[in-house]
Amino acid sequence: MTEEIIIAGFGGQGVLSMGKILAYSGAMQDKEVSWMPSYGPEMRGGTANVSVIISDERISSPIISQFDTAIILNQQSLDKFESSVKPGGVLLYDPNGITNPPKRTDINIYKIAATEKAADLGLAKVFNMIVLGGFLKVKPVVTEEFIEKGLMKSLPERHHGMIPENLKAVQTGKELVQAVHTL
Amino acid sequence: MFNQDIVKPENLVYKRTEVLTDNVMHYCPGCGHGTTHRIIAEVIEEMGIQDKAICVAPVGCSVLAYNYFEVDSLGAAHGRAPALATAIQRLNPDKHTFTYQGDGDLAAIGTAETIHACNRGENIVIIFINNGIYGMTGGQMAPTTLVGMKTATTPYGRNVELNGYPLQITELLAQLPGTYLVTRQSVHTAAAVRKTKKAIRQAFENQKNKKGTSFVEVVSNCNSGWKMPATKANEWMVENMFAKYPIGDIKVDGELVQK
Amino acid sequence: MAKELKLMKGNEAIAEAAIRSGCDGYFGYPITPQSEVMEHLMAEKPWEKTGMVVLQAESETSSINMVYGGAGVGKKVMTSSSSPGISLMQEGLTYLAGAELPAIVVNVVRGGPGLGTIQPSQADYFQATKGGGHGDYQLFVLAPATVQEMYDFVFLGWEIAFKYRNPVMILSDGAIGQVMEKLYVGDYVPRWTDEELRKNAPWASFGKPTDRKHHIITSLELDSAKQELHNHKLQAKYREMEEKEVRFEAINCDDADYIFVAYGSSARIAEKAMQLGKEKGYKIGILRLITLFPFPKKKIAELSTKVKGMLAVEMSAGQMVEDVRLAAEFRCPIEHYGRYGGIIHTPQEVLEALEEKIIKRK
Ligand SMILES: Cc1ncc(C[n+]2csc(CCOP(=O)(O)OP(=O)(O)O)c2C)c(N)n1
Ligand code: SF4
Ligand SMILES: [Mg+2]
Repeated sequence: MTEEIIIAGFGGQGVLSMGKILAYSGAMQDKEVSWMPSYGPEMRGGTANVSVIISDERISSPIISQFDTAIILNQQSLDKFESSVKPGGVLLYDPNGITNPPKRTDINIYKIAATEKAADLGLAKVFNMIVLGGFLKVKPVVTEEFIEKGLMKSLPERHHGMIPENLKAVQTGKELVQAVHTL
Repeated sequence: MFNQDIVKPENLVYKRTEVLTDNVMHYCPGCGHGTTHRIIAEVIEEMGIQDKAICVAPVGCSVLAYNYFEVDSLGAAHGRAPALATAIQRLNPDKHTFTYQGDGDLAAIGTAETIHACNRGENIVIIFINNGIYGMTGGQMAPTTLVGMKTATTPYGRNVELNGYPLQITELLAQLPGTYLVTRQSVHTAAAVRKTKKAIRQAFENQKNKKGTSFVEVVSNCNSGWKMPATKANEWMVENMFAKYPIGDIKVDGELVQK
Repeated sequence: MAKELKLMKGNEAIAEAAIRSGCDGYFGYPITPQSEVMEHLMAEKPWEKTGMVVLQAESETSSINMVYGGAGVGKKVMTSSSSPGISLMQEGLTYLAGAELPAIVVNVVRGGPGLGTIQPSQADYFQATKGGGHGDYQLFVLAPATVQEMYDFVFLGWEIAFKYRNPVMILSDGAIGQVMEKLYVGDYVPRWTDEELRKNAPWASFGKPTDRKHHIITSLELDSAKQELHNHKLQAKYREMEEKEVRFEAINCDDADYIFVAYGSSARIAEKAMQLGKEKGYKIGILRLITLFPFPKKKIAELSTKVKGMLAVEMSAGQMVEDVRLAAEFRCPIEHYGRYGGIIHTPQEVLEALEEKIIKRK
């Protein structure tokens, strides 16, 4: 199993940390992982993206241009990455602010209204964990047990009190995700 | 009323200076770089020296200053702007060469160039944006970082034993015989902007009269680097930065007014 | 040795390795994409754990001369930077090489020339392997391809640097610096005691005891006859490195028709291209260079008699390819492929280049 993922959205949406938690969880489950961020001052308030690879084998290139899954959190990122999903792959997006939804018919498309849900629940902080839950429902590349271990490893100890809230958000995401178009 | 009834020359009260290009500035909202750019451009326009002005841009957040000033420009290597300006002005004594530099650029890697250009009394204008941090590279300690201030390379606050003291480069430069005007200003209020504009005007006038080096420091916020909203950053600046870097003239017409 | 699993960026791994390998001092100046090296050190406060000194200098010129000072008194000292900063260090590097001082210098390469871009590149190969500064000298150049190697090569770097009394460069790039991967770290190696320093760096200017003459660390020799002898000694040292210290990883090379020659992140991209090529039925191997100086000339010469062609893959306009051609002496077709100026080639592009430039040739 090798899963090549891109997560893309605005800086401040927790894109990088969602990728980090995913990578940590994979590592705890004894998989090979890589996490490669876009970097530099262009990220100031602009877009941020990170590619994450989780694999049972040695990871060759951490720099990838074709993805098994694209997790998309704004229109700019959708425009940029829709064409980079491998045929038969998955595109998961949050419809908030999306005026031009994905159009491809050779991939599986899911949506998750995580921004709305997080606002409703007053849980803006764990918005990204809701999205992560949606992804895990579609592609269970790591199990819940290891998400918890990943959180323990990636969060500083003083934030460990927030882990249950994060796990609940993952659960919420699993229930929230909807298929738009499947092959 | 229709638009054409309003847009008439006699109704014009404010116009953006043509010494700035139409490019959208990349600075963070509320950052002092943008305001200072505008003031410099207005002075150049008011003095009618656009054709004589030559900008030497630094390396720092204002590395792209040349995209905003509609004047001929050069991008220097990190810290070397005063060396470029020295040659440009000596080879073109009737031009108006100015450098625009951050605190890392001017007071760390470029300290030697700064001190020697000022000591030679090069007939240049130096605009120095002191925000107490390396904005461009993601908020590391600058030589001007205040004691106790947290940055990416002083995560527990600047500690004198470890990192030394904040460098008051402006006071130091005022001691050199080559400097003719040395002043410290800010751009966080309308009144401050007016004073800074006056200082920059004076600097370019001095240059026209071949008086030697004119040095204008602008104490500025770096809301991104300081990790504060812009208004809060300005409050923090007034309270903390101004205590270490007090606003006012230090040397006027070649005479120290403060010691 | 107990191994602990971490997830870290390549840049952080360099810093972690410095602390754990008994480094005495790090001197640096911020520059993207390697500022995390110093940021990690400052956050870890190694001066409280191991006594290691960490200092943010006022420039790279200063950093490298701090390294010169520390190395001259026998300490394990290092610096890191990225391309524009490494260019500023060239003066210091030739003095280190001339005075035969051990040190580690990390270059997390970004696209040039000049201020260039902050994105990954491999266009500093010539600068790293052909001198860079003035005079006849060589750095020992290691090219990590993983976060684990960023860590491991700091340990290896000390070994080489002190064995040969020569500066070691770890030539990385923005991708390996920024990527986060699994990293296994070992126990802390204690810093050298004064006695150990005297034993491991007996030549150093650490203070003259009564029973010997004073030591002088310098690269100056006004008597040209002596300077020529000194150069002979340096050259003999470089030849010994070529004899004993060549390192590479040969993947699927034994029955390959085609070889990708690459190092660092390009080697990993090429590995992916190799997998894609396998699906198309091509027999491709990879020669991944670990030491760029000393260069694996013999291995390339040997492979050049067995394969139908080689593609040198590097994020530059074609630098390493020159050494590949010299080593292969034109016994097989050798071409270059690479995007540059901060653009990273994709595995698909690399495979297409192999097909176009080598497989479908003539
Ligand atoms: C030789 C060299 N070293 C390091 C850098 C990286 N660098 C770019 S800008 C900068 C500091 C900028 O700080 P400052 O001058 O205070 O400007 P600000 O961004 O705060 O306006 C550094 C260290 C570089 N470009 N060149
Ligand atoms: S990082 Fe700081 S100095 Fe740079 S543009 Fe933003 S606020 Fe201004
Ligand atoms: Mg600054």
